[in-house]
Amino acid sequence: MDSGKLCSKEPVKTKEQLRTLLKDTGGKLYYKQMQELKVDTDLLWQTIKTTLKSRIKTWLEICSGCGMCAESCFFYLANDKDPKQVPSYKTQSTLGEIVKRKGKVDNAFMRFAMDTAWGKCTYCNRCALYCPNGIDTGAMISYLRGVLYQQGFVPWEMKIGAGMHRIYYAQMDVTDEEFIETFEWIAEEYEEDYPNLKVPVDVKNADILYTINAREVKHYPEDLAYAAILFHLAGESWTVTSKGWEETSLAMFAGDWEACKIQVKQVYEAMERLKPKRMIGTECGHAHRATVIEGPYWMGRKDGKPPVESIHYVEWLAEALRTGKLKINPEKRIKTPVTIQDSCNYVRNGGLKDITREIIDYMVEPGYFVDMEPNGENNFCCGGGGGFNGIGLYRDWRNKGFTIKRDQIIKTGAKLVLTPCHNCWDAIRDLEEVFKIGINWSFLKPLLVNMVEIPESMKPKP
Amino acid sequence: MYKFLTGFMFWVSISIFFIGLSVRFILYFKGLDWRLDRVAYKSYPFYAIKGALKSILKWIIPFLTHGWRKQSCMTIAFFTFHIGAVIVPFFGLAHNVFIRSKIGVSFFPVTLNQITTDVLSWLVIIGAVMLTTRRLILPQAKILTKSSDYFILFLSVAPFITGLCARYEVGNYLFWLYLHIICGEALLIAAPFTKLSHIVLFFASRAQLGMDYGIKRGGMKSKKGINW
Repeated sequence: MDSGKLCSKEPVKTKEQLRTLLKDTGGKLYYKQMQELKVDTDLLWQTIKTTLKSRIKTWLEICSGCGMCAESCFFYLANDKDPKQVPSYKTQSTLGEIVKRKGKVDNAFMRFAMDTAWGKCTYCNRCALYCPNGIDTGAMISYLRGVLYQQGFVPWEMKIGAGMHRIYYAQMDVTDEEFIETFEWIAEEYEEDYPNLKVPVDVKNADILYTINAREVKHYPEDLAYAAILFHLAGESWTVTSKGWEETSLAMFAGDWEACKIQVKQVYEAMERLKPKRMIGTECGHAHRATVIEGPYWMGRKDGKPPVESIHYVEWLAEALRTGKLKINPEKRIKTPVTIQDSCNYVRNGGLKDITREIIDYMVEPGYFVDMEPNGENNFCCGGGGGFNGIGLYRDWRNKGFTIKRDQIIKTGAKLVLTPCHNCWDAIRDLEEVFKIGINWSFLKPLLVNMVEIPESMKPKP
Repeated sequence: MYKFLTGFMFWVSISIFFIGLSVRFILYFKGLDWRLDRVAYKSYPFYAIKGALKSILKWIIPFLTHGWRKQSCMTIAFFTFHIGAVIVPFFGLAHNVFIRSKIGVSFFPVTLNQITTDVLSWLVIIGAVMLTTRRLILPQAKILTKSSDYFILFLSVAPFITGLCARYEVGNYLFWLYLHIICGEALLIAAPFTKLSHIVLFFASRAQLGMDYGIKRGGMKSKKGINW
């Protein structure tokens, strides 16, 4: 990417390029240049021929056009049942057309496809559950994003995000040093209340390697402290790594498969270097999907598993509560109407719906938890998944999409929404900002820190 | 004419149907790529088979999935059409008599009596009318429907219409019989090359997604697996 050209097929690979791109506030010039971007139709067709194989090819072909996927999509429902928001239409009118025209598509078409791939689908994969033919539109949109990224047709923030991973091995410009310094500093802040609270760095053979979301370093360092406190109180042998600590992947949302590999490689190398018994990722949905569910395949791991057993934070939490490592003071259980936003990435696409309900049984006074309808794997996306939260170009579309989640929450009567996922957390926060329905939202850690009993031996000496 | 249709053309069409669909079925699975699809198909045979079977079985029973329950009209239309469309060609009395004359044995030991065959055939026609109407009036189906989809629906229902006309001897029996055979053979020939390939690819695609959820997306995490 030459510095004068903001929008091109080349990925962002240097800090200089990243700075130039970031200076273009909102991507104004970037999108202007995108209108002039040439489509490399030969490359496009070549890519389709070599990567669009049996599964997606068949999906495109056997879609009977019954429209049963329509009602499963929150965009369709939120946009007054606009037929152009039917999941199948979104793939047939984009990927389907590229295949039909053997890659001979123009710039306007590619921009339309970009708007569809990032502005009308969060690849929550809900529609896959409602298609009789077993067609997973979300998987096709994800594939389409890769094809569009290769041609440079990608929203500004996604291009930056993927670049961040290539340069910083994190979704934000957080260096390894900043990560360790921030974690150690914030833990120190809490040391008075929790004597001997430490952040073990690069400890080999620990039971737990903890990985995070770079946003926690930049925006919510308290979350790091809470994680340290809860591991400390549970008496866990844990560590963080000074390299490969980022679990997320905006590269996955961008469709930059090369950057996905670059990112996850760092984490797997940390696993191999430190040899922990398990890796536990923070309360983030897409991070879990990227590093634990999809990551092994990007790295060519035939068994589809990371180098060490890797679980989501909620799995560790449920286990800690179940085994009594963490004990909740019954007096402090939640006594306001509360609901939970099931994250698409680890509930529908990771099978963890029962785990979160188990945690709720410990945390919430009986009678105060109300499930959303629908819930579990049938829950609707928060409205901000798949990178949607971060893309300014589609902000109005996102806010319109929120109406489905808003109504779901209102129906529960809940005043607190548990959001053990960064994307969901952001989406519910923004939803409240837009619609002001009078709710609070929270990760689990901040609530738990105030709820768990501190063993006598761990209390500060007077 | 009868001899040509039930002799040469019968063997040609039935061969294209079975060989063509078998090839498509085999090629589908041969074409699955664990790297591109990001599913470790071969590493966990138990979860793969469990996921695939569950994904198929739940969707071939009316109202068993969230999808079927959510859209009851579609479910009724779908099964009204498909039950007869699958059963009658194999179990219909006249077909079994014909098959026995061709290969010495009938396909299946059970044959439907005439009334059941008639009722199921009528249901296919009613189902086809419902499915067509749905496509004409529902915007979410209309936007996805091409003229070829109507043609496929027509091709699927034509053997049943002509079959019933022959059965009731409406006008010239032989005319309807010949037309029935021609329509049936056209359907058999078209199947591997059109969306009718879903006759086998439905099972293939459902199996793939079932394996995907069974192996990778939570199938090993919860006992129940994905709640279709």
